[in-house]
Amino acid sequence: MRIDDVPQDKGMIDNDNLREICYAVNPEGRYVLAASAGWEPKNIANSQAWELVRETVLDIWSKVRAGKLSPLAYHMARNQMNVGLLAKYVRYSRLRVWCHLKPAGFRRLPPDILSRYATVFDLEIDALQQVPDNAQELMPI
Amino acid sequence: MSVTDFQHRQSSHCESGVSANLLSHYGIHITEAMAFGIGAGLFFAYMPFIKVNKLPLTTYRCEVGGILKRVTQTLGCRLHRQEFKDPLKAMTALDALLGQKIPVGCRTGAFWLPYFPPAFRFHFNMHNLVVCGKEGDEYLISDPVFPNVVRCSAEALMKSRFAQGPLAPNGVMYHITYVPAEVDLEAGIKKGLKTVCRRMLNTPLPFAGIRGIGFLANRLEKWPTRLGNPTAILHVGQLIRMQEEIGTGGAGFRFMFAAFLQEAAPLLGAPDLLELSRQMTETGDLWRKLAVVGARICKGRASEADTYATMAGLLRECARREALIYRKLMESL
Repeated sequence: MRIDDVPQDKGMIDNDNLREICYAVNPEGRYVLAASAGWEPKNIANSQAWELVRETVLDIWSKVRAGKLSPLAYHMARNQMNVGLLAKYVRYSRLRVWCHLKPAGFRRLPPDILSRYATVFDLEIDALQQVPDNAQELMPI
Repeated sequence: MSVTDFQHRQSSHCESGVSANLLSHYGIHITEAMAFGIGAGLFFAYMPFIKVNKLPLTTYRCEVGGILKRVTQTLGCRLHRQEFKDPLKAMTALDALLGQKIPVGCRTGAFWLPYFPPAFRFHFNMHNLVVCGKEGDEYLISDPVFPNVVRCSAEALMKSRFAQGPLAPNGVMYHITYVPAEVDLEAGIKKGLKTVCRRMLNTPLPFAGIRGIGFLANRLEKWPTRLGNPTAILHVGQLIRMQEEIGTGGAGFRFMFAAFLQEAAPLLGAPDLLELSRQMTETGDLWRKLAVVGARICKGRASEADTYATMAGLLRECARREALIYRKLMESL
């Protein structure tokens, strides 16, 4: 890659002070470090990955609204976790976490169990028991 | 309050950046590319049996921690590495070292680091950083992929050090305990080069090294028929991300390795390395082309020339050229 070819396609990096370092060749043929704001193919691949997360979250969100899953399922998906990963974080068995994903299993959970989940997601217990009303607010980005 | 006089340098890849910065702190002034080369970081493997976010893993570098281990070992330094079960003990141990003004490297997950832009927050447990100070309840962190030293709360750092999932870091931290008075860079470079060539050319596994690139080409060609178009597109996207995701310096470390060859040439007194570096750059440009074609396919903007067969062809060409480079390198050593 020549230094004038170092891409500056903004996308993932929204902060003006943030740049990633690329290795590029200067006109004399020497390698130098060059700052890049991003690259279009990479942005495409990355937004594709986020689209996948978004689809999952939306799907689970509508199931929570329909009363088929507990709000915990939404927070799990929003944090890109699956049952196995969440079980590791709260140190419960997967089966136990799986039960908590059902509305019936979640409804009467005592505060100490709820607070374990809340700590993992950096939420208050109140927030853990709810899902946003608006589908626009579902994702961190 | 304890702050070490650690010099932060932004680099392109976390592990080689941490290695170079830590060694430089102890007077071994090497660049990131040099650390990457001596640590024999370059590799390739396509492992469809390991899934990341439900998609197959492709790696352009060696195993986690390998670069740091090899670069310190080859240069005769000693590295003390600790793993923890108890998060609180892990933080106390970190504080104790910072109190002695020792900068400490940590392996963390990327998901919980608050200074990461949201777009980069994925569960990825192979991030490395150097904790270089503590002020009140906040840690000063030299994260090699960021331009300046960043701040992070104790709570968030603890959570990141104990991120869960595949390759969980378990609070791993390391610091350098001994540095020899003189280091033999030349021998280190030779050793690193040999390891890279050997691994790329002679790994007996079909999915690793040069053969791994061919294996990926064969698999990739069949993705649309085997998986159906939507899934095939996801696979291509994943491939691009693994290759170009922040931290590779472009083209899946090929440019970084070319920079290393260029730096090594005068040290070894081997001008032919310069030519090999140039060829490696060309191969890197070819890898970038692969990403461009792949992105067009992902985006549905593919022209007639942008097909899976084109991508497979590019991969085979990369493999052919890289094999030539490694063979010549072996001869020149």
